[in-house]
Amino acid sequence: MNVTIVDYQSGNISSVINSFTEVTKGKVNLEVTSDIKKIKSSDKIVLPGQGSFKSCVDSLNSINGLVETLKEFAITNKKPLLGICVGLQMFADVGYEEAETKGLGWISGKVSKIDNQNGKFKLPHIGWNEIEIKKESKIFKDIKNKSHMYFVHSYEFIPEDKSVISATTNYSSKIICAVEKENLFGTQFHPEKSDKTGLKIIDNFIKL
Amino acid sequence: MLKNRIIPCLDVKNGRVVKGINFVELKDAGDPVEQAKIYSDGGADEICFLDITASNENRETIIDIVRKTAKECFVPLTVGGGVRTIQNITDLLLAGADKVSINTAAVNDVSFVKEASKKFGSQCIVVAIDAKKISDNKWEVFTHGGRNRTGIDAVEFAKQVETNGAGEILLTSMDRDGTKSGYDVKLLKVITDSTNIPVIASGGVGTLNHLYDGIVKGGASAVLAASIFHYGEYKIKEAKEYLNSKNVSVRL
Repeated sequence: MNVTIVDYQSGNISSVINSFTEVTKGKVNLEVTSDIKKIKSSDKIVLPGQGSFKSCVDSLNSINGLVETLKEFAITNKKPLLGICVGLQMFADVGYEEAETKGLGWISGKVSKIDNQNGKFKLPHIGWNEIEIKKESKIFKDIKNKSHMYFVHSYEFIPEDKSVISATTNYSSKIICAVEKENLFGTQFHPEKSDKTGLKIIDNFIKL
Repeated sequence: MLKNRIIPCLDVKNGRVVKGINFVELKDAGDPVEQAKIYSDGGADEICFLDITASNENRETIIDIVRKTAKECFVPLTVGGGVRTIQNITDLLLAGADKVSINTAAVNDVSFVKEASKKFGSQCIVVAIDAKKISDNKWEVFTHGGRNRTGIDAVEFAKQVETNGAGEILLTSMDRDGTKSGYDVKLLKVITDSTNIPVIASGGVGTLNHLYDGIVKGGASAVLAASIFHYGEYKIKEAKEYLNSKNVSVRL
């Protein structure tokens, strides 16, 4: 199996690489690249993302043919893709961090700043929070409801179709923290930094 | 509900873990990678390395430690000490750090915080503020392990780093560090009240109740401690169970 972590200069992806390396232990061919050919021949794709929505979208767009290739992989060919943090947020039609920015438009919705109730809650939302699993999700196999995951973000993805929501977490409001739509998976939290539970989610994705 | 974080800190000098008493008398106590793994397996919510190696030639040592630790620990890893340039940050992040903590470079020029957070995102930029009490309800920023006065007011500086894009503040009381007499709760409270980003309390933990004070009385989002964990006085799990028994929510 070929698994590709898309490296599009979206900030620090070392932890994503380390965690996937740990989980797969050489049993799958793990590539870290933005090479279009390699992405096309992948069985699974991981789309990480750190920094702002705008900077990630800009980086993605700056690599010739990358967005089209990812779309073909995820939307046309319906192969499994996992978006992490801003990688998930980019599924949206539009994001409002820094400036209004067009997203990939794979799952209708928008990315807006977490309502922290006029400063009552600190932002970023940093640290360990419990997830409430909202629907059966293939990547949550053997993950207990109310498991702790590591978060660090100030923006959240709000999909139009609520049925794609697979988990939420309680902060200043109920924050949507995982989505699943057919072959598309996304987590706002960082499975790569969420200890053994997080590694299990990665393992579930690899075993899809 | 967001949990309060317990962060063990490892002071590393020339590749070995040390812990200073007021940053002066250093004791040697172990291999940082091994220690980090013990903490991570024991339930630490994050791991913090503070590189106190004086010379620049030894920068590679900490990078190597970070690289090895990141392959074994799957909780967030913060690295501080000697972070002065964008290249320093790039090197640490590439080695596997999740966040870097900037101290002197932020004091010298706060726009460095802005540049760094713009390039790497606020989520990985922690600004470490070393503060010392100079009069009632007044604290000043110090650098170089508490040796150099800067004339900068700690509260004003905290607000400034927030405006410049810091994702978190690591606040160390230089009066308390190494004394085991507890955090400077007053300092913590004034900083957590005047900023809107998470504050990590540091400096002075001697008992588990000090951790409670930092969170409940000081308003810290996370508590950092070194020696109480490092010398085995308490395990991370004991600290968490203690806090939980006092209705402070932690990840158990």
